[in-house]
Amino acid sequence: MSTRTVGSSVQRREDPRLVRGDGRYLDDLGHDALAAAFVRSPHGHAKVVDIDTSGAIDVDGVVAVWTWEDLEGTGSAAEPLPMLLPHPSIEHPVTGYALAKDRVHHVGQPIVMVVAQDRYLAEDAAQRVRVSYEPLPAVVGVEAARAAERLVHEEAPGNVGAYFEQHLGDAAGQIDAAPHVLELDLDIERSACMPMEGKGILARWDAEEGRLKVHASTQTSTGLRAALAAKLGLPLSAVEVIAPDVGGGFGVKINHPWPEDVAVAAAAMRMQAKIKWVEDRREHFISSAHERQQLQHVRVGFDDDGQILGMQAQVWHDHGAYLPYGVIVPLNTATHIPGPYRMRHFSVTFTSLYTNTVIVTPYRGAGRPQAAYLMERTMDAIARHLDKDRTKVRSVNFVQPEQMPWDLGMVLQDGRMGIYDSGDFPASLEKLKELVGWEDFEDYREQARAEGRRVGIGMACYVEGTGAGPYEGGHIEVETNGRVNVSTGLTTQGQGHATVFAQIVADELGVKVEDVHVTTGDTRRMAYSVGTWGSRGAVMSGNALLLTARKVKEQALRIAADALEANPDDLEIVDGIVRVKGAPKSQIPLPMVAVLANPLRYAFDETARAATQFGGKSDESKPPIGDAEHPGLEGSDFFSPVRTTFANGMHAAVVETDPDTADITVLRYCVVHDCGPMLNPMIVEGQVHGGVAQGIGGALYERLAYDADGQLLNASFMDFLMPFATEVPHIETDHLETPSPLNPLGIKGAGEAGTIPTSAAIASAVEDAEGFPIRRMPISPPELWELRKQHASDTTDPS
Amino acid sequence: MSSTPDAQQPEPKSVRGTIVTTVPRASFDPAGGAAQPEELLDVYLRVNGAEQHIRVPGRRLLSDALRHDLGLTGTHVGCEHGVCGACTVLLDGQPARACLMFAATAQGHQITTVEGLSTPDGELGPVQQAFVECHGLQCGFCTPGFLTTITAYLDENPDPTPEEAREAIGGNLCRCTGYQNIVKAVCRAAELRRGEQAPPDGTQTPAAPTERQEQR
Ligand code: FES
Ligand code: FES
Repeated sequence: MSTRTVGSSVQRREDPRLVRGDGRYLDDLGHDALAAAFVRSPHGHAKVVDIDTSGAIDVDGVVAVWTWEDLEGTGSAAEPLPMLLPHPSIEHPVTGYALAKDRVHHVGQPIVMVVAQDRYLAEDAAQRVRVSYEPLPAVVGVEAARAAERLVHEEAPGNVGAYFEQHLGDAAGQIDAAPHVLELDLDIERSACMPMEGKGILARWDAEEGRLKVHASTQTSTGLRAALAAKLGLPLSAVEVIAPDVGGGFGVKINHPWPEDVAVAAAAMRMQAKIKWVEDRREHFISSAHERQQLQHVRVGFDDDGQILGMQAQVWHDHGAYLPYGVIVPLNTATHIPGPYRMRHFSVTFTSLYTNTVIVTPYRGAGRPQAAYLMERTMDAIARHLDKDRTKVRSVNFVQPEQMPWDLGMVLQDGRMGIYDSGDFPASLEKLKELVGWEDFEDYREQARAEGRRVGIGMACYVEGTGAGPYEGGHIEVETNGRVNVSTGLTTQGQGHATVFAQIVADELGVKVEDVHVTTGDTRRMAYSVGTWGSRGAVMSGNALLLTARKVKEQALRIAADALEANPDDLEIVDGIVRVKGAPKSQIPLPMVAVLANPLRYAFDETARAATQFGGKSDESKPPIGDAEHPGLEGSDFFSPVRTTFANGMHAAVVETDPDTADITVLRYCVVHDCGPMLNPMIVEGQVHGGVAQGIGGALYERLAYDADGQLLNASFMDFLMPFATEVPHIETDHLETPSPLNPLGIKGAGEAGTIPTSAAIASAVEDAEGFPIRRMPISPPELWELRKQHASDTTDPS
Repeated sequence: MSSTPDAQQPEPKSVRGTIVTTVPRASFDPAGGAAQPEELLDVYLRVNGAEQHIRVPGRRLLSDALRHDLGLTGTHVGCEHGVCGACTVLLDGQPARACLMFAATAQGHQITTVEGLSTPDGELGPVQQAFVECHGLQCGFCTPGFLTTITAYLDENPDPTPEEAREAIGGNLCRCTGYQNIVKAVCRAAELRRGEQAPPDGTQTPAAPTERQEQR
């Protein structure tokens, strides 16, 4: 038998190329392309009164200067951008324009596009465009939006974009009757994905073929393709989109079309040119997308053990100036609040609000970090109120393993019922307590105290709907030289898909992993796909490729059976050789099967010539390609699950807070993670590490600071603090593998796991160190210092 | 609102009034950049051991010159303001941010980019090899900057502790890996380098990847 590779830490196939500098990211392509630069709004809210482009035109090397009017006549490029994911809760959908028409609603909104021979010249010219504005008062932050003294859009009264509620049982009645009731107000940051590579698009018009060819740094090449075809009035078949190497996504590269996509592609088409736009860092800050900011109010009733009897949650969500991506984020928050806990009397409402700030689209975790924050802060508050161990309060509320599958009783963002497919929360908690040394912490605290140090421990749990549908597909073809070409339409941004998918196919087909070559995110190879988001890559495309490999194997065995005059059931494929089980001498190499699969009589190569030994047994009365056959050893299949899988996990953090400076250091960070069987543990761990680092950023450093006029005050890496290596602790991990019954691989997604409970776990630890409640994250040393002062003078505990 | 076309320029058929000029794109070929009015400088760069000549404006950044004029796209640009380290190259062996330097300023210095870290016959260098072994990269965008930085660091400190390794990479941003495996890769690269310095008979095989846990 060849060695199975699924389940082992196979080194990544993409790496040797990337470490040599041979990656091909968006800006590495199209050196002969024209460059686009954008004139962007300096105002949070304003009327555009006049645009004078005459100065720009004078710059040598400038090729075109476009405003909104120039988009007219190209499909629907001048119309507002689409609302991608309509949902019944959306009362007032407002989306922006590719280039602003009359009004701007956030700083950074594109107004004019300049195309020049290089980016330096395009920026020179952009600087010389004169735009006159009539500034309008801006609405910034949830509180201002909720107060609605001013409106972001006239057409959205109360600044409300969407309102949603879901009810389970009788939350209000149960709370009123409960022995204990608590209310909490919570606040969570506005952060951002911040991939190291920004967005970008390279579009070229092929006049001879009448086709638009686009490379884009995207998480969904099929989505971008459909969006561009629709916006530019082109048949879908005339547009192809390819995602080259992508330098990170984390959600922000899913929302297409971006204004720049439409403007650049429309200009490429109209000018019959090749045009590239590469976002710079400032542009990424002020014109891409952010996430996370919410205000939350919780009311919870519980018994003496801390068992929750009823809970009501209200969420106010800041979705920025427009709503192109719908309400996935607050919907995820709403439906993930129950987490691993039995919740039978629960109600949640969210109000999604317009503000004069950059749009909000999913960022790693997509609304779930806020849900975990709400629930886990509540658990800690209950424990504090009852003076109980925080892990015990959680334990009494856990859904038990024998209760799986657990019907959450709520409809998820994909419109389907949420049902937890697998998991063992008590076992996970045991592992976590063991890993972090929960029981021994008091000794450590005492020891630290004796040294004048202040430490605290915290924890947080979560479940995460992963592997959402509706489908992904795969295509596999075996070449006559033994090369196995694998494609899936799903894109990749560093998750190691080329390796993991090769592992799955190699195992199933019985070939060496080295012979398998994976292509992702190229609409020419696979035109149907959804995209890479929501921890769905491995679950969706992994299973699609497994099914495809089975199909191809079946074809291979059928053909080989004919050639070997054997029964297909008696055959196996080992290391690329089809052989009769138990009689390995009777064999035919898979490449030769590929030759036989295509009865074309050209002997291109040695394999083809050699294959003639297996020919000559054909039935003269039948055509060479039978009814159910196709030429070539290849096949395609799709995987479409009935519902989403649920991964879960628990984190614990140990922090130290400086008694004088209030500086917060994460001393230890422990993760117990359950995504079902791990296809490649090394890659899963890497995903957890990266997620935790982003979570720690969100908990302690990352906050997008807007002033009251809608100016983003920290739009650079100097000012927006992301963790460097020195801010991220060594992450200790352990795994529980409860297989999912919902797909043949039994796997659940792992991409966002690291990020979801991090703010909650750190808040819990800081609270434990300080002895007063933490209700607002991220928390900085000055804020902690202020809280200390406040609690020193005020001895009444608000929890 | 739209701009008016320059009357002197013929308008290509499918284009409305927004095209200002239809001068064909000047190529980035150093000799062909003449469409720009700016004064061009002759800049001689020594990159990865090879002498290169480009003709670029004085304001051309070293990062852009490497990437776009010389086609060495391995050096990446993540911020263009000197914070992320993605553009780090070695200047006479010392890490330098190519986005904070003009190409002209780099004249007379030895520049090493990520493309220059492999051996002449294409074998991965020790730091590159260590990154592959330790899963030190995910999207790979930040990676060239880490590889160059670590290469220089290990010249200075050939046997770092995990804590020192973490400190050494503390000036580069990575948004994917959470740094843990990069720290591991620094230690592993040090091992690989020591293996290379082993007796020339080449019998010594590199040790297994370090499993040492950091104590923080
Ligand atoms: S691109 Fe040079 S430091 Fe970020
Ligand atoms: S590997 Fe993606 S930014 Fe470092």
